[in-house]
Amino acid sequence: MIFNTEFETLPREALEAIQLRRLRTTLERVYATVPFYRESFNKAGVTPADIKSLDDLRRIPFTAKQDLRDNYPFGLFATPMDQVVRIHASSGTTGKATVVGYTARDVAMWAELMARSLSAAGGTRGDIIHNAFGYGLFTGGLGAHYGAERLGASVIPMSGGNTKRQVMIMRDFSATILTSTPSYALHLAEVANEQGIDLKDLKLKTGVFGAEPWSEKMREELETKLNINAIDIYGLSEVMGPGVASECLEAKNGLHVFDDHFIPEIIDPVTLEVLPHGEQGELVFTSLTKEAFPVIRYRTRDITHIIPEPCVCGRTHIRIGRVTGRTDDMLIIRGVNVFPSQIEGVLMEIEGVEPHYQLIVDRQGNLDVLTLLVEVGEKTFSDEVKRLQKIERQIYKNIKEYLGVSVTVKLVEPKTIARSEGKAVRVIDNRKI
Amino acid sequence: MRVEQISIFLENKAGRLAEVTRILSEASINIRALSLADTSDFGILRLIVNQTAKAKEVLKENGFTVGKTDVLAVEVTDQPGGLHHILEILNGANVNVEYMYAFVQQSGNNAVIIFRFDNLDEALKVLQEKGIKVIKGEDLYAM
Repeated sequence: MIFNTEFETLPREALEAIQLRRLRTTLERVYATVPFYRESFNKAGVTPADIKSLDDLRRIPFTAKQDLRDNYPFGLFATPMDQVVRIHASSGTTGKATVVGYTARDVAMWAELMARSLSAAGGTRGDIIHNAFGYGLFTGGLGAHYGAERLGASVIPMSGGNTKRQVMIMRDFSATILTSTPSYALHLAEVANEQGIDLKDLKLKTGVFGAEPWSEKMREELETKLNINAIDIYGLSEVMGPGVASECLEAKNGLHVFDDHFIPEIIDPVTLEVLPHGEQGELVFTSLTKEAFPVIRYRTRDITHIIPEPCVCGRTHIRIGRVTGRTDDMLIIRGVNVFPSQIEGVLMEIEGVEPHYQLIVDRQGNLDVLTLLVEVGEKTFSDEVKRLQKIERQIYKNIKEYLGVSVTVKLVEPKTIARSEGKAVRVIDNRKI
Repeated sequence: MRVEQISIFLENKAGRLAEVTRILSEASINIRALSLADTSDFGILRLIVNQTAKAKEVLKENGFTVGKTDVLAVEVTDQPGGLHHILEILNGANVNVEYMYAFVQQSGNNAVIIFRFDNLDEALKVLQEKGIKVIKGEDLYAM
């Protein structure tokens, strides 16, 4: 179901006309009200009046996470505080928290986009939505909550934690949609099993999962274990929260960016050039309607690509692929951008191979040399040398094919790859550059 | 007629083989036969032991990747042409030998060779038809 047929199915030309009008208004407003943006535009020698087409957007400077931190807490707000009705913040585990604000209109717009997302996942006002995203400074819980109410569904504000109780409530209240992180959904299924409850037997039909990267393999697992449709949703607090982009049930292939409210771009994280549609790079967002906290060319550090082809569902909003990694983890090997998550993806596609790996980068002479250690599990192991060598060759070939780099594949014993705090160290870069 | 063989994945680094023998020795498991296949960066140790299940368990507990395969233990007359005779039979029946290695002890006056086939059932049938003695697992573990 399409929640807002008028805007979600607008012909592209009409949509782009709206984008340009809204973009110019936003640029003028931040230039007038936010000193940071005025300075950064001035430094780049560009004013909002110079932006005459959507293509001109690339003349505007980027905004980075560090800029948000430097203006902690409210320095980038574009409205006086008396118009701000809500404040959220990111966890700030890697530095100062980033703080965002919303006017009443922002909250309403967010609810509408989240309602569009739930509707795209097949949700209706008849649904009972079990919302296990955390409530609090994190945008997940309240974002999904307001969207569910806007849709007219019944929302159970579970938040995170107390998993046993969640299972009971999910069963007793006959929840039909689960909103959570994908890993928490799997955890719920495990805890339910320990209680003798199979989530497959419950009324659940759909899961809307986001807030962390996940894979197609995980989708299959979730769909089988919970007997649901697993839908990917994307968002980040800096841009709005959950509901910036969402998959549709019809295609389950790429997430529609609600681009009457946000313009997505894909850039090369090194050269900062805008990349053509289809190429993998860093996702950048410009908000078009936000009042309290507009963002201009905000670098998300998320890696994905744009899918320009029209979607079978009828929505004209452009799609982005599943987020496959973060620029923070990016390696440049002989000039090729390589993300560890891509290696993981390649490994997971090879039957039986487990994604327990480590990349070691060395420089021999002037050349980068990449060694990939892959742990041998029971499924891949064989008593015959030729079979193990075949797996090594398969990994080499697939990586060469998908990533365009050569690696030396080395099979290693299980648990030889150092794990710190339960998390494996995926990359060791020995290059002294 | 089958004999259970365990195989263990080993990285080519010092002390890994000794680690396996230490674990087995501490579990009082006796190695009956072994073969080690190696490449430049890893090796596969194949073992026939007196307690297969226990050996597999203790090795897995210690973090090794362990596999189990069925092999055949074939009696070979201890004289020139003994092994050749058997290989000819197999060759004539188009049965492919993946690898083989010798058992430590003799069975009476005969040698014992461990064979790994891609098609074990076919190999067993052919050998038995030609009157070749194939030793049962439980007899072999106790030899």
